Amino acid sequence: MSAPDDIVIDVEGLTKTFGKQVAVRNLSIKVKRRLIYGFLGPNGSGKTTTLRMLTGLLRPDGGHGTCLGYDILRQSAEIKRHVGYMTQRFSLYADLTIRENLEFVARIHTLPHPRDRAQEAIVRLGLESRAGQLAGSLSGGWKQRLALGACILPGPELLLLDEPTAGVDPQARRDFWDEIHALAADGLTALVSTHYMDEAERCHELAFISYGDLLATGPVEEIIARSNLSTYTVGGPDLDALSRRLKSLPGIDNIAPFGNALHVSGRDGAALEESIGPLVEAGPQHWQKSAPTIEDVFIDLVSRPKGALAAPSKDGRNA
Amino acid sequence: MLDAVRRPLGRTLAVLIKEFIQLARERTTFAMIIAIPLLQLILFGYAIDSDPHELPTAVLAHETSPETRAVLAAIDRTGYFRVAYAVSSEAEIDGLVHSGKVLFAIEIPAHFGRDARRGLSPEILVIADASDPAAIGNAVAALSGIAGGALAHVGPPLTGADAAPPFRFVVHRRYNPAIETSLNIVPGLTGTILTMTMVIFTALAVTREVERGTMENLLAMPVRPTEVMLGKIAPYVVIGGLQMAIILFLAWLLFDVPVEGSLGLLAALTTLFVLANLSVGYTFSTIATSQLQAMQMSIMFFLPSLLLSGFLFPFLGMPLWAQWIGEALPLTHYLRIVRGIMLKGAGFADLVRDVGALAAFTLAAMTLAVLRFRQTLD
Repeated sequence: MSAPDDIVIDVEGLTKTFGKQVAVRNLSIKVKRRLIYGFLGPNGSGKTTTLRMLTGLLRPDGGHGTCLGYDILRQSAEIKRHVGYMTQRFSLYADLTIRENLEFVARIHTLPHPRDRAQEAIVRLGLESRAGQLAGSLSGGWKQRLALGACILPGPELLLLDEPTAGVDPQARRDFWDEIHALAADGLTALVSTHYMDEAERCHELAFISYGDLLATGPVEEIIARSNLSTYTVGGPDLDALSRRLKSLPGIDNIAPFGNALHVSGRDGAALEESIGPLVEAGPQHWQKSAPTIEDVFIDLVSRPKGALAAPSKDGRNA
Repeated sequence: MLDAVRRPLGRTLAVLIKEFIQLARERTTFAMIIAIPLLQLILFGYAIDSDPHELPTAVLAHETSPETRAVLAAIDRTGYFRVAYAVSSEAEIDGLVHSGKVLFAIEIPAHFGRDARRGLSPEILVIADASDPAAIGNAVAALSGIAGGALAHVGPPLTGADAAPPFRFVVHRRYNPAIETSLNIVPGLTGTILTMTMVIFTALAVTREVERGTMENLLAMPVRPTEVMLGKIAPYVVIGGLQMAIILFLAWLLFDVPVEGSLGLLAALTTLFVLANLSVGYTFSTIATSQLQAMQMSIMFFLPSLLLSGFLFPFLGMPLWAQWIGEALPLTHYLRIVRGIMLKGAGFADLVRDVGALAAFTLAAMTLAVLRFRQTLD
């Protein structure tokens, strides 16, 4: 074990290019044991590529590091034995039943008594009545439950979950996150990629990634605090017109509609207030200073000019 | 009114253009469009000779007389025979015919010259391997033409030269005396059927996982390429055995095709052949990126197997370059094995060369497959 025991994932400078396209650029993260680590970013931002590099499914073009203390470049066989990887697309066998799929996983991991282990997993998942059903005929939510069940069946130390809640209804999403928290309480570490901002708040720590670049890491509150973003929530009539007017004003970096309100944010609080001052006076909309949401912060991070990201104090890489 | 025509036409055109673009991008399809006619043309045009010449022949001459030399020269002039072995015993002849090294063996008796001169019309024994009737038919027919004139220049016959030819050819057709083509085709068919089904089965094995997206999960699990390969091939060995049993049973029931040799040996060597084909298919499936591509590769492999193995056309009738390609195909060796065991009662010692070739081929294909198997998604 080269890394301290409480660091489960420790990678530095991971880079992966496909042809001319840089999928992941110089990515470094540290994930502590028993944490639920959120991996946030828009589609195509390099989340899946990163997870695949961690499991040994892709070979990084640059960088190095360890996963559970095993070298990601040379010991992927060991990593595969101790990591549960849940792919973005359902990748169990659609033409096998739930039981057959779970038994297959147990056998591949050469667990003793694979039938019993599969049965335990079926009971744990609450799938007793459907055990003989073909996996392909399950609904999205059940497929996802089954995939998670298959992941944790061999008793991994680390879960890598690639957008596990994509296309799943809110109730199933909630159940899923409860399950992840229960697993973390039992000692598992989970790296969960998602593009749902509300799920960020269910994670202990976050990493923001966008188009291959790591934008920020740390606990949610810390990322929000570090962003130095001032945000106003605006309600009232004619928000569209207001939004168009605001775009040209200095000090306003972001305008995002949230239901019947606008979130207006700026990195420079003084400049923001100066610009909106007359509008607040004039009405008819009502303005209220509010805390920026994680989504405001994320959109702000993504829209910043590249140079601004390099400052180590902002991205928290060395924290 | 005009619109009623133009719109469907335009939409059809849109589909047509799309199909062309997709076709141009699907490189293996494109290769097939070019390669199949090319392959067929070349193979049918050049390689396949339904009137094969220069067939390997063994000669056992019990005397060396001017008459013997004259007869051998006349046989040579027909163009159908190429004396590959000059032997000194009948046992050697049996060995050569048995192992398929020669299709003909010509035995010239002692005192041939003297007897011919005396008008005793001595018999020259021609042993022909009739397990492939198409290969020997014309050669046998050509023999009857030379009996009259072969000795014309070797001194005058003593008596009654005009009444009877000075000597006669006695043709013994071995293995298939009644020249039934089904006897030749049916054992060959087992090989052809196994080639087609086995290659296709495994060609889809890996590509199916890739296409359905299950590959990513499989790769993320602690399983090695060799384990995946053997696990995927093993079920089809059983299926191949089952197919063989069905074919043999039907061959016996419907065509009266016997199994002269050891059934156990046949089963063992068929398993080896099945393994060879499965490893070819598996290699394809590690190269192909879709199931369609894998199917196309299988067909590209099947076609030369069908044409150049000696199944449809006499192997020895093909030009040398085609024979070389044929030697690289498992079906060629299996045909010799299956015909040898079923029709000639050949044993392991007679087939050792072909068994070695099959084993080497299987090993090479499996090694390639394991090397080709992508352990990452790169």
